[in-house]
Amino acid sequence: MTTTGNRYRVSIEADPNLPIIRMTRDFDATPAELLRAHTDPELFARWVGPDGMETRIVDWDATTGGRWRYIAGRDDEEYAFHGCFHDVGEDRIVQTFTFDGQPDDVALETLWFEDLGDGRTRLHAQSLVDSFEGRDQWLASGMETGVEQGYAKLDALIASLR
Amino acid sequence: MGDDELSRIFSALADPTRRDMVARLAVGDATVGELADPYDVSIQAVSKHVKVLADAGLVSQTRDAQRRPCHLEAEVFDLMTKWIERYRQQAQERYDRLDDVLADMRGEEQATDHPDHRQQGAAS
Repeated sequence: MTTTGNRYRVSIEADPNLPIIRMTRDFDATPAELLRAHTDPELFARWVGPDGMETRIVDWDATTGGRWRYIAGRDDEEYAFHGCFHDVGEDRIVQTFTFDGQPDDVALETLWFEDLGDGRTRLHAQSLVDSFEGRDQWLASGMETGVEQGYAKLDALIASLR
Repeated sequence: MGDDELSRIFSALADPTRRDMVARLAVGDATVGELADPYDVSIQAVSKHVKVLADAGLVSQTRDAQRRPCHLEAEVFDLMTKWIERYRQQAQERYDRLDDVLADMRGEEQATDHPDHRQQGAAS
């Protein structure tokens, strides 16, 4: 057994017709392990934040109807985020996501852990934001969350231009 | 590149016909008439698409003569490519950290089963 498995590539796509961002990423893990890494606050805090930032969990109840809040920070910089766990199932998490700096904006995030049947699991992460303007602004702002987006079709287009 | 400029670029490229046109222009400059050829649309409709792309800074039209070929502003794409890649890279780093956490979780389970074979986790 190796300490670290394969490093699979993140793929990103932004739906051209809906203000949705989708990401997929494979892992050498089971859906149950991925679920645990997303719901155990100590584990979650170890990977979610951007590089070089400490994540401090302030509020955490990863059950259906529960809520979450954490602060990512370094030196005198702090960014707080909060939301609700709408649904926590065996292979799916549905939650809301708000950056405290933009309290009027809320994204609906669906995470789905697809068992690939060979010890690997594919994470599908979808974010539905309020508007195209909101999505573009989100993309443009940097968000400082380490959450990543882009335009799927655009990715393919850019690749085709190379 | 400011937020507004970026939003204009994204909305310009949200349209599949305009994405096609950009792909076509990546091969070489083309007139509005040439761009209209593959589509069952009027020159006027294509002109409108070109205007959206031009307003976003993605395409320029030379001023001289009647031909006025459209030209793809590749530098804008280079900027966008870098910009999107930066975002993708952030997600990549985040999920690479998750790989390490998952590996640590396994290591801890194995350590519980076999204390003599504890795995060293790769902390990120």
